[in-house]
Order: sequence, then structure tokens, then C-alpha cells
Amino acid sequence: MPAVFTHEFNTPVYKGKVSFNTGLFINGQFVDGSDGTTIDVVNPTNGAVVTSVSEGTPRDVDLAVDAAEKAFETTWGLNCPGSKRGLLLNKLAAIVEEHTEELAALEALDNGKAFNMARTGDLALSIECIRYYAGWADKITGRVLETGEDKFNYTRHEPIGVVGQIIPWNFPLLMFVWKIAPALATGNTIVIKPSEFTPLTAIRMCHLVQEAGFPAGVLNVVTGYGNTVGHAISSHMRIHKVAFTGSTLVGRKVMEAAAKSNLKNITLELGGKSPNIIFNDADLEQAVNWAAFGIYFNHGQCCCAGSRIFVQEEIYDEFLKRFTEKSRSIKIGDPFASDTSQGPQVSQIQYDRIMGYIESGKNQGAKVHVGGERHGSEGYFIQPTIFLDSSPDMRIVQEEIFGPVSVVIKFKDEEDVVRQANDTMYGLAAAVFTRDVSRAITTAHKLKAGTLWVNCYNQLNSNVPFGGFKQSGIGRELGEYALSNYTEVKAVHVNLGKKR
Amino acid sequence: MPIVFTHEFNTPVYKGKVSFNTGLFINGQFVDGLDGTTIDVVNPTDSKVIPSVSEGTQKDVDLAVDAAEKAFETTWGLNCPGSKRGRLLSKLASLMEEHTDELAALETLDNGKTFNTARSWDVPAAITCVRYFAGWADKISGRVIETTEERFTYTRHEPIGVVGQIIPWNFPLLMFIWKIAPALATGNTVVLKPSEFTPLTAIRMCHLAQEAGFPPGILNVVTGYGNTVGSAISSHMRIHKVAFTGSTLVGRKIMEAAANSNLKNVTLELGGKSPNIIFNDADLEQAVRWAMLGSCIAGSRIFVQEGICDEFLKRFTEKSRSIKVGDPFAPDTFQGPQISKIQYDRIMGYIDSGKKEGAKIHLGGERHGSEGYFIQPTIFLDTNPDMRIVKEEIFGPVSVVIKFSDEEDIVRQANDTVYGLAAAVFTKDVNRAITTAHKLKAGSVWVNCYGLADPNTPFGGFKQSGIGREMGEYALNNYTEVKSVNVNLGLKM
Repeated sequence: MPAVFTHEFNTPVYKGKVSFNTGLFINGQFVDGSDGTTIDVVNPTNGAVVTSVSEGTPRDVDLAVDAAEKAFETTWGLNCPGSKRGLLLNKLAAIVEEHTEELAALEALDNGKAFNMARTGDLALSIECIRYYAGWADKITGRVLETGEDKFNYTRHEPIGVVGQIIPWNFPLLMFVWKIAPALATGNTIVIKPSEFTPLTAIRMCHLVQEAGFPAGVLNVVTGYGNTVGHAISSHMRIHKVAFTGSTLVGRKVMEAAAKSNLKNITLELGGKSPNIIFNDADLEQAVNWAAFGIYFNHGQCCCAGSRIFVQEEIYDEFLKRFTEKSRSIKIGDPFASDTSQGPQVSQIQYDRIMGYIESGKNQGAKVHVGGERHGSEGYFIQPTIFLDSSPDMRIVQEEIFGPVSVVIKFKDEEDVVRQANDTMYGLAAAVFTRDVSRAITTAHKLKAGTLWVNCYNQLNSNVPFGGFKQSGIGRELGEYALSNYTEVKAVHVNLGKKR
Repeated sequence: MPIVFTHEFNTPVYKGKVSFNTGLFINGQFVDGLDGTTIDVVNPTDSKVIPSVSEGTQKDVDLAVDAAEKAFETTWGLNCPGSKRGRLLSKLASLMEEHTDELAALETLDNGKTFNTARSWDVPAAITCVRYFAGWADKISGRVIETTEERFTYTRHEPIGVVGQIIPWNFPLLMFIWKIAPALATGNTVVLKPSEFTPLTAIRMCHLAQEAGFPPGILNVVTGYGNTVGSAISSHMRIHKVAFTGSTLVGRKIMEAAANSNLKNVTLELGGKSPNIIFNDADLEQAVRWAMLGSCIAGSRIFVQEGICDEFLKRFTEKSRSIKVGDPFAPDTFQGPQISKIQYDRIMGYIDSGKKEGAKIHLGGERHGSEGYFIQPTIFLDTNPDMRIVKEEIFGPVSVVIKFSDEEDIVRQANDTVYGLAAAVFTKDVNRAITTAHKLKAGSVWVNCYGLADPNTPFGGFKQSGIGREMGEYALNNYTEVKSVNVNLGLKM
């Protein structure tokens, strides 16, 4: 029998009790993994094991696919009208809303983000996203195409069938919802692997999905490791689509596995090294605040983090002064304290990786202007860190650090800063700060990134597409654009009289 | 200096002379490959070498990418308004129209399809496609998305940049156009590899593109082999999109190369084993005639309901027997040679395997004639679902005819394949026609017809028949990169 996770939260920001089965969710049931093994879930605030959850294996993925296939052929897919799919999604949104605080607490517990952030940010966006796609469910339309009056041509945008989804640990609940909402709205059934670091909200969502009344097998969640469950999903012969969010390195493996197995469609949301360009005429105070938000949000664990900050020379000194002050003033601490802005990094592995990058920055000759050390002595906390005097080939300038670490680079030439900003294999996001309308828009148009922010940062909406140019990914999530990821186009040609 | 191919056509269906440089087309010039080697182009009618053309290698692909990048940054991409891109494409279409017979003759020469088919179908379909996408060029639009009044959010559908394209030998000109038209219309620059078996129309098109006035570097054609030029394209670090049409086997390699290089977007149009389901109430004569069409979309598994099976088989056999197989330049030829010795051997291999695995040859099964790669129209009966001739794509004039009785089960049988490119249904009953079409897992389904394609109607595969859709508005997504722009109008941090 799978373990039941029971926990009493008694914190300044949240008091409450949770108790739920942490098995794999397959065919509407919570079950042990086939090998009977478990995965320890660690609290990054102190390194302690919070609970153990069931571990899935490739065999469990097979069982999940069986269940998902069956549901697709019977209770879901086009057997279930879009309006009904939408209704269930709206019910789910309402239930999630009722459980906002509990979900925020679970998210803060295994991910380490501040409870307040989870409650006002992650939860709010997740609920909005579910509702957004609930509205699309009965609006999936094909086309009628004019050819000749002796032929009737039309297209159907059909659900694909069983889709596989693999999500990361940085926004566990939000990433879960970004994946399942459009997939379910369009009529697909799902086998999804949450991150082994942060499975709690995904598992809790299965209970809420059950409560909402989704038929068994429509949503299946198999917690496990990337090289077992993740690989099983991306190479499965009966999964015809895989969507992955995570590192570029693993993204390649997913695409390779797709190619070698059954040529399944893929969408990939990968890494970034996003430039934030601040011109002389920017509203300086706002630029500082947004730049801080751009890099420190979610402890730097943001694929679209503005980690290369280019500041035009006239305002460089003043920017640096204020940005430093802001960086120093960030309250780091317990996610369940009421004034915490920055919690721990998600795991020991990530902590080590970020500290490794900070080391390499020092070794390669960049200057640590602020931070650069561990914060405290327990848990995976890292000080907000600013590097100066970097050069373009340094690892801290080229590679994604995924922590509260930025490089600040002075620039003079407008033309050249666009070249510098685009000089990366990534292309996920970018920002421009300036009051000049022509410069704002023209620069935004020249930057090779999937999402551009002008005089702001990290503003995301469920109806606006998100995704990467170049090695930051393939395809777009969110908005109407996401529907293409989860539909297969069929063209029907009906002969009304053409003779052969 | 690259070879100039000069040829006098003196045939019953076409008389005319061609003369054109057969170099690689890079940066607006016809050049030798850097290795100075050539590829022999063989006439499948008599196995003779027609001309030799320049051979490209990886280094030539690099030069092509350099040229394409430069053109994208200067004379093409968003530096060239959509309306102008559209006009150039329209000009190209007009030039193709003027040169219809010549293009048809070149196509026939290295591919082996009949001149009459090339002239009445392939070339006009290609021209229509160019005109279709010419019309889209100035209609590429992003969206304005309502978020809040403090923010102005919109998307741009930008050209990707340099795109790589790899096309097959079965419809050389049409496949060339299906690839370049949407790519150019949306503002991309192109590095394209035609099949080494059938490069003639692709090379001739470069001359026409030059004549139409496309600035240098926008279209680059590098003739070469799959494992050199094709591989260089799919793994190139500065090509951010590759589109491939060909076999499922090679499609995997393309996707793998894309993953291992720079995670470029891929679209793939691969193989098929398309079912053609003929119900008792079909218009039998029409069903027989439509069943005769073939190619990647070939209805190579013909399911006939038992009530009409005998009569269908009788008429289908008669029609197949009466096909005139011969010189593609003869006026009454219906079927020319297969494209190459390799293909000939592969198809004969499948016919052999069908015999060995116990299927019955009802018609054909042998070589036709003694010269060139001609194969008799072949019909297999008495097959079972695990035979290779039932499961694998043969890509020749070979069909299996399977009798069925159960209506429910026939859809299951039809869908029982790794492929999902196309399918057809013949019946007069409106409910059965549409319902069956909707249940078949294929990207294109024809009801009471077969193989009809329109430039505005998407084409592509379910399952292992491919990823993505070509044709129609759908194709534009293959060649655009979506950028979201969020302009803060007053939100304070």
C-alpha cells in the first residue's frame, strides 16, 4: 500500500494539516510502483526528508499508457464533448482555488519557494491557466477549405491520443498545469512525470482531479527518475507526443528518444541566458526593481531569468549602486516566514552546481561585486550574487546558472549591444528598458528570443505564447498556440462528383 | 567549370532543346562542388547516364549557409516586404508556366514518370502551389492579445532564418515547390538538397529563380548524397529548421541529427501503407478507377467488402492488365520505369517475400521488358496481416487486395499499421462515409476519390508517417518563429 503523507503545518504564514496517499496515480487509483520502491522528498530549507512517495518504473509507465489508451477510446477523446471537458476543468479550477493555501504550503515545502510567493503567484497563475484552457475545450475548430464545388475539403483538429509530459522542479504546480490543461482541453489523455524533487503538489492534484470527476485513466501521474520513467515516456511506442520542460541537455535526449522510437511529436521548453538591456533613458528606479525581479525571482530558478544585465554607460554607476543595494536587501530565509523573499535552492545538486559556477567566475577572472557565498549554515541557501568585469567567453556569461547570480555588463554602442545580447545559443527571453518608443520596439524586434519584455520582466499570462528560439526550445506553450501541440490535423476530401 | 547539360528531345510527345549549367546554385552563382566531383544522372528507361551534375559536400553546405545568412540579414527576411516576396514568387510561377513543357520533359527524363502526367499534373500542381504561397507572403500576421490596459502584448510570426530542406525523387519538381514556396513566402532563406537521382528540374528552377529576380543567396541548391549533404544540413549549427520528405528510416536520422546538433525544429513527411476501403455500396466502376493511383500516398492495402469483391477484383485485374507500361515519352504510356536500380531491386525483393510468405500473385509479379527498371502492375491476394508486403511500404506498382465482411473490424484492420499518412473510403452512404473517415488514423482521408491534393489543404502524417503538416495556412507555422512582445504601459514594480 502506498504511503499516506500526513503533515501538520504550524508556521507564521500557514497553519493546517494535510493527509493524502502518495502512490502513483494510474487508472484512477493510487498504487505502489511495480518495484515497491520509494523516493525520499527532501525539504531544501534544512535537508531533512519530509516524506517518501511511491517510485514508478518503465513497467508503471506501460500500465499508465494502457489506462490512458482505454480512457481515450471510451470516456475521453472525442467521445467526451468539449463542453464537458471544459466543465471538468472548471470544476478542477474551483477545487484548486478552495485548496489554495494547502497547495501553496506543499509547494513551499518541497520546492523551497516562499509560501507567500506560492500563494499569490504560482497558485493564482495555475488557477487562471486551468480556467483559460477550460474555455478552449469546446472551441477546437478545423477549417473548411474551398477547392471546387465538386469536392468538399475540411480539416479536423483531433486529439492525438495518449500524450507524455515531463516537468521540472522550479514551478512544480504551474508547470503541471501548463502541461495538463491544454492537453486535457483538446481531448488527450495523459501520462505525466513530475520531478522527483518536487512531486507533492502533482500528487495532491491527482486527488483533486479525482474529486472533480475526471474519469479514470484520463490523467495518470508516474513519479520517478528521468532516466527510468522519463526515458520510458519519451521512447514509448504508444505515446505519440511528448512535451518536456527542463534543461537543454536533457531536451536533446528526449528528442533523440522520440526519433529512435516512434517519431513522436515533441515540444521542448529548455534553458536560457536571457539578456536585460537597460538604456540611458530608462526609468532608473523601475529598471533596478525589474532587473532584480528578473534575476532573483524564484531564487534565479527561472528558465527566462534575466541573467545578463547590460547597462548603458551613462547610468551604469548609478544603476550598479542601486542594484547592489537592492540585492543586499533581499530577505533570505525560511519559506514559511512572513517576510521571506528568497528561500533555498531546490536541492544539494543545484546548490553545488551554482556554487560551482560562482567558483568558475572567480577562477576565470570576473569580479564578485556582491555575494558569492553560501547563506547561513543549513539548507541550500545562496546569497544574491553580482559579477562584474566579465568577458563573453566566461562560463558565467555563456551558461545557464539557474541561481540568484547575474553578470552586469557595461555597454556603449546601441547596435553592438543587440549583437552581444543575441550572441548566445539560447533564445528564451529578453528585456529592454528605455522610454524611447522607437528604440523600445525596434530593439525588441531585433532580439532573438521567444518572449520580449519592454520596461518590465517576467510578466506572463495564460493567453500569451511562451517558448524559445534556437536552443531554448521547440514550439510554444500557452495561448491559442498551445492547442497545436496537442492536436493532429486530418484533412478530409469528400468527392461530390469528380469522375475518374 | 560546371557542366552545361545540352539535350535535344525528339519524341512523339515533346520536341525541344534544353541547355543549362548544372552546377550547385550558391549565392546566385552556378559553381562546381569544392571537391570538383560529379554525380551521374541516370535515365531509368534505359539505365543510361544522361548528364552528370556537380556534386556538393559538407563544405558546399557551409558556403550555402553563409550566403543564405547574409541574404537573410540584408536582402530578404523582414528587410524585404511581404508584398515584394509575393511578387517574386508570382513571377517565378509565370516563368514556370512558360517553361511547362521543358520542365515536364526534364522531370520525365530523370524520374521516368510519363511526360503526359508531368505536363498535365506535376508541373501545373507546382505552379498552383507557388501562386498559392505567393498570395500568403504579405498576410503573415501575429496577434494582439488582451491582457490588461497597463500592458500591450502582441506576437510576431517572424521568419526563422536559414532553413534546410531535403526532398525525395518521386515528385522532384512538386516536392521542390512544396518546400521552397512557403519558406520563401514567410521570409526565410533556403539551402535545399534535391535527390541525387532526380536533380534536373531543381537545377533548372534555380535558373528560373535567377531570371525571376530573386537576389543571390535566398535560394541555394546543393545537389549531393544524403549521408554527406543531407547529413550536413540536418546537423548544421546555423540552420534552425529542417524539413524532410522521404523514408521513415531516414526521417529518424534527420530528427536525431537535429537533436544532437542545435535542436533545430523539424518537419517530416515520411512513408505510408495507406488503406483503401471499398464498401458494398460503392460506385464500383469509379472505385476501380480511383484504386489505380499510386505513390507515397498509394492505397497499397485495398480492402474490398465481400459483396462486391469478386466483381471488383475482376475489373481491377482487367484494368491493371491493360496498363500500358513503356517509354515515358510515348503518347499512350501510363506507367514508366521505377526510379532506379535500387528501387527496382527493393520492389522485386518485396514481391519475392510475398511469394515466400505464402501470398498469391494474382497478377504480374515480374519484370516488364528487358531494359530499364520496369515492373509489371502486381496484385497479391490471400495475404495475412503479418506479411511484409502487408506491413511495409513497397513504393512500387504492387497492391494487396483483402476481402472483408465486418464493418466494425475493417477500421481496426485499416488502422493496424505504424503509418498514418492517408486513407480512402468508397461508399455512397453519407453516415458511413464521414464516420469511417473520422475514425481512420491518417492525415489525409479521401471519400470516393483518391490522391487529390490542393495547395490550401494540409498534408501530413499521423504516427510514424511524419511530424507536422505541409500545404495550406498550416504550412506557415513550419517556417515562422513566434515572438511574444510585452510592452509595459505603466505597471510599477
